Amino acid sequence: MNATALAASRSGGSPSAAGAEVEARAIRRTFGDTTVLRGLDFRAPAGAFVAVVGRSGCGKSTLLRLIAGLDAPDGGSVTIAGRPLADASDQARVMFQEPRLLPWASVLANVEVGLGAERDAPGRRERALAALASVGLADRAADWPATLSGGQRQRVALARALVSRPRVLALDEPLGALDALTRIEMQRLLESAWLRDGFTAVLVTHDVAEAVALADRIVLIERGAIALDVGVPLARPRHRGAAEFGRLEEAILARLLGDPAPEP
Amino acid sequence: MTDATAAPLERLRARPSPGRPFGWRLSGAYGWIAPALLVALWQAGSSLGFIADTVLPSPASVVAAAWRLTRSGELASNIGVSFLRAMAGLAVGGAIGLVFGFANGLSKVSEGLSDSTLQMVRNIPHLALIPLVIVWFGIDEGAKLFLVSLGVFFPVYVNTLHGVRSVDPQLIEMAKSYGMPRAALFRRVILPGALPSIFVGLRYALGVMWLTLIVAETIAAQSGVGYMAMQAREFMMTDVVVLSILIYALLGKLADVATRLLEGFCLPWHPAYRRA
Repeated sequence: MNATALAASRSGGSPSAAGAEVEARAIRRTFGDTTVLRGLDFRAPAGAFVAVVGRSGCGKSTLLRLIAGLDAPDGGSVTIAGRPLADASDQARVMFQEPRLLPWASVLANVEVGLGAERDAPGRRERALAALASVGLADRAADWPATLSGGQRQRVALARALVSRPRVLALDEPLGALDALTRIEMQRLLESAWLRDGFTAVLVTHDVAEAVALADRIVLIERGAIALDVGVPLARPRHRGAAEFGRLEEAILARLLGDPAPEP
Repeated sequence: MTDATAAPLERLRARPSPGRPFGWRLSGAYGWIAPALLVALWQAGSSLGFIADTVLPSPASVVAAAWRLTRSGELASNIGVSFLRAMAGLAVGGAIGLVFGFANGLSKVSEGLSDSTLQMVRNIPHLALIPLVIVWFGIDEGAKLFLVSLGVFFPVYVNTLHGVRSVDPQLIEMAKSYGMPRAALFRRVILPGALPSIFVGLRYALGVMWLTLIVAETIAAQSGVGYMAMQAREFMMTDVVVLSILIYALLGKLADVATRLLEGFCLPWHPAYRRA
């Protein structure tokens, strides 16, 4: 990404809305006989980048789906900026595990989908183009999604998620299917978008290194409850080779794997 | 340009295209080799006296019959009548099939009310209704319209329903979470997602359409290509009978080509229809 693309996307959109606080209180979710979340409390302060890690099946994706309004809790409540989720759903955007682009719409039209209620507003094309430029794909605007690589599709999905300037971005392991290099590229893109737009990010991931690289705070979920909640006191940009980075990653991994290790 | 640079290009062209398991591509002209050869053999057989004219007239006499009927205007008017019947039946049956397919694919209530009834009716061969249809409509246009519509309805209905149901639920979830209203959800996600399957239904429907029309016209009609063939049989004019059969084949091919063009136009994003 270059400076002009950044500037273009900044001037093309509406005035940057600051992040909104996300709060889930005592939420429960059961599927049949299995209780996935048992009265879990979760809070992401406005503008923060919170990563949620855990083994598969621990309930982290369920938590994200509840926060994003894709699913309703059996008990408890979710609020965004203090308002119930139902009234604030247009302020939150989801980036899914899969790109979920409409195969029959051009890359640009797919980004326009992200405008939500403003999809018919004048200047939508310019805003979508600016968002595409900010992920470095302005030259592919007219192409079909089928002609893009996996990483490029996920970049289009990121542009779609950000084009409406959401106050909250929920990310459900969006980089899990990408190769290692593309993944690091996407992490940098995501971080710069977050630094630029100031939205609240909630990232579910199974990759502890990814969580340490991106998040201000890491929440570890075990058997439907929060088992660990640690801050990441590392300056940005972060370097994976740094000793502190490795120590933190090691400690969280040890906790995840159930090894006896000192807590950070 | 030297051979050295041309060779890799040639090799690229000779490579099997993706999606076609059998290497070389046949361009349109190659497809006509087999039919042309068959006609040549047929003509040779007739000219040499191997095939009796009363059993199978020679291609030359079929062409002569075509010329004769074209001059008298009979051919054009009969083809026109058959074509209009086919299209009217396709429009009526196809439209009803689309409506029920979408309604039952989108609404549980609608599906509960009508699907099992429709599935029961589907198992009755619609041509079995001919005696009843003659009692109801006589041999009027209504009879043909009814039969063709009924025949066309089911393939369109079944494939539309299947298409709507098989739209990727992840895309629907995405669209809903991005605040897409219901009308836009239908127009931008469900309809284009169901379209490839609807085209499959249309292709089946075209086959059923011609079949039904031929049967209906030979049994109960006073005009059309099928009627022309039955009249000719009365007078042992086998050349006209064969001509009628060939016309049905050509009309069928024409419908197929039209569908392909329509698919290419409506599904430009689909890897199977994307033009290189």
